[in-house]
Amino acid sequence: MTRTGTVEAEKRIPDPSPARIKRRNPKRPGQIGWLGSVPALIIGLLFTVGPLIIIVIFSFLSRPKTGGGVIYDFSLEAYRSFLVQVDFLGNTTFDPRYLAVFGDSLVQASVTSVVCLVLAFPLALWMATRKPRMQNVLVLLVTIPFWTNLLVRTYAWMLILNENGIVNTFTKAVGIGSVDLLYTPFASQLGLIYTFLPFMVLPIYSSLAGFDFRLAEAAYDLGAKKMAVVRRIILPIATPGIVSGLLLVFMPAFGSYVQPVLLGGGKLLLIGNLIAAQFGASRNWPFGAALSVIVLVMLMLTLMLIAFYSRRSGRKVEISL
Amino acid sequence: MARVVPQSGGVHVLTIPVTTISGYDRIDPSSSPSREIVIEGARKTYITPEKVAINAIDDVSFSIKQGEFFVMLGPSGCGKTTLLRSIAGLETLDAGEIRLGSRRIDQLPPHERPVNTVFQSYALFPHLTVAQNIAFGLEMEGRPRPEVQARVTEMLELVQMQEMASRKPEQLSGGQQQRVALARALAKQPEVLLLDEPLAALDLKLRRGMQAELKRLQRTTGITFVFVTHDQEEALSMGDRIAVFDKGRPVQIGTPEEIYEKPVNRFVADFIGETNFINTDAVRAPDGAAAVADSPLIITLPGGQSVTLPKTVPTPDGTVTLAIRPERITVGDGAHHFATGTISGLVYMGTDLRCTVLLDDGTELGVRIPPPFDDKATKVGSVIKLYAEPANIRPLMPETAR
Repeated sequence: MTRTGTVEAEKRIPDPSPARIKRRNPKRPGQIGWLGSVPALIIGLLFTVGPLIIIVIFSFLSRPKTGGGVIYDFSLEAYRSFLVQVDFLGNTTFDPRYLAVFGDSLVQASVTSVVCLVLAFPLALWMATRKPRMQNVLVLLVTIPFWTNLLVRTYAWMLILNENGIVNTFTKAVGIGSVDLLYTPFASQLGLIYTFLPFMVLPIYSSLAGFDFRLAEAAYDLGAKKMAVVRRIILPIATPGIVSGLLLVFMPAFGSYVQPVLLGGGKLLLIGNLIAAQFGASRNWPFGAALSVIVLVMLMLTLMLIAFYSRRSGRKVEISL
Repeated sequence: MARVVPQSGGVHVLTIPVTTISGYDRIDPSSSPSREIVIEGARKTYITPEKVAINAIDDVSFSIKQGEFFVMLGPSGCGKTTLLRSIAGLETLDAGEIRLGSRRIDQLPPHERPVNTVFQSYALFPHLTVAQNIAFGLEMEGRPRPEVQARVTEMLELVQMQEMASRKPEQLSGGQQQRVALARALAKQPEVLLLDEPLAALDLKLRRGMQAELKRLQRTTGITFVFVTHDQEEALSMGDRIAVFDKGRPVQIGTPEEIYEKPVNRFVADFIGETNFINTDAVRAPDGAAAVADSPLIITLPGGQSVTLPKTVPTPDGTVTLAIRPERITVGDGAHHFATGTISGLVYMGTDLRCTVLLDDGTELGVRIPPPFDDKATKVGSVIKLYAEPANIRPLMPETAR
């Protein structure tokens, strides 16, 4: 609204010589010319768009007879091998193994997202209702995990969960005996939830931090009880934060690599590990690239769906912290 | 023909009639009519960050009649909003009780009180349309859908917002949001409608329009309106009765006329409209055999005249404050002329001339001169004589120190 206001205000100003003013390029205070953003643009292109282009190109190339790398020979083999298997006689059969990997990854990412949401919503609501100073401290506490490397934190979990770890020491002392925790799908799931919880808390918190709690009062005044206030007023207003939190958790959890290997012991093959293997031991770069492209397209479709929802419902969904 | 006019130094005795001072309407529980709001001994204490206890509501007792447009007026922090929120159930009292008719409501949760609020910020639900906002309270009651829809349509008509039913609050102007907030609160047909400075965010012209509309709504619905404002003009123009709040309690409760014409103390006189205050010495005149304390008071006005005050007006340490409204002072010769002064300032307002008159003893008085204006006689520097009817010179009760 304010933006259109300024544009209109500019139009109304009598302009003696439009061409001259255009040449002189008058800047409003705080504006920077395009030149200032060139370094950032170059870095952006080199480090984000560049690798993507390489991945897409690689996925349509062939693999050499031996070793890694690619040979510049157009081929759809990588995409074909995702769904079908060709035996020595040239017969093609449907191969669901890679789809199953996708399915497993989907399940793990979904469980992570849902558990994070259930844990994060009350926490974010509680944070948003504290005093402003307290809120700053709480946000800082939520971001503390970002201060240390993910690997270090994951190793810390290994120490907690292993045979002689804190949990097992406790269960032994209580008399339950030792419990196998490390190198289980449970450990992998736990690690994912732990890692991505802040990514759910922060966007929900930020959508609730600006929430006018007088609206809750108004709802009480109109006869709403506590649960109705949460369901009918707070939840709808937090929706943009919830959606962006789900995205921020689901996307990286879907392609997660560290937790399934270090905590899950690599017992369950997930899409991240599968891709890593293609560029490593399997030495099938085009297939690894093709898998990456498939993941990318899936996520892009999801984002487009959300953008569509956002436009239709008129709710702004920001994919940022 | 020259008339004999008392000399400005001469003694002219005026007698100011005793005006009844309407204090608090103390509640007599035996005579409580059907559905009036009775507030009794209400108290609410806050602890400030500096660990000081402040009484937001300080032992307040009064009643609001059924179907009345009741205004709670006062500066910010005087407790009026806290009291309103206590009636709504958004604050809990530390002591005392609030009854609606024979039913005690101060311990009920908000949703069980037959009371709805129009908030200062409107507090419209941003994710719901106008119609959904109005329907919210009815849906919370679990009313059947057709009934809800019929009621919403009715309310939209009442506030003339039919065309806006499917808009979101952010697409509405301030005045329109105000109407929706009103419709939403009235939709549940509350016995009492609480309005917390509902017009404060509107510009002057819109505010005037809404004031008239609120008055009309109150008359047509017959619902008790409790209206909080810090705008004295708004209070005077809208209220059937006004409670002027200061420091957590009502200082005076009365009709707009009573509040304006007979302010009980300096705070009320100063808060409502413009007032000249004149501090004068008062001397008790022993009257025959009566004790000194029971004697009438004789005070001296700036012009040198003396006025006898009824003995019932208590005065501390021999001084008394008189209040005179600027528009009740007349320029020219008259039987009760009380002072002579020099015009030190003039502002032309169209409807009147606003003069500042400097009296000989240094007191400054505001005076309004109605048209037709005599440009020769009234200009800066000219000496004028002022007079006022004795009934318009009001002695003020000293403010009780608490």
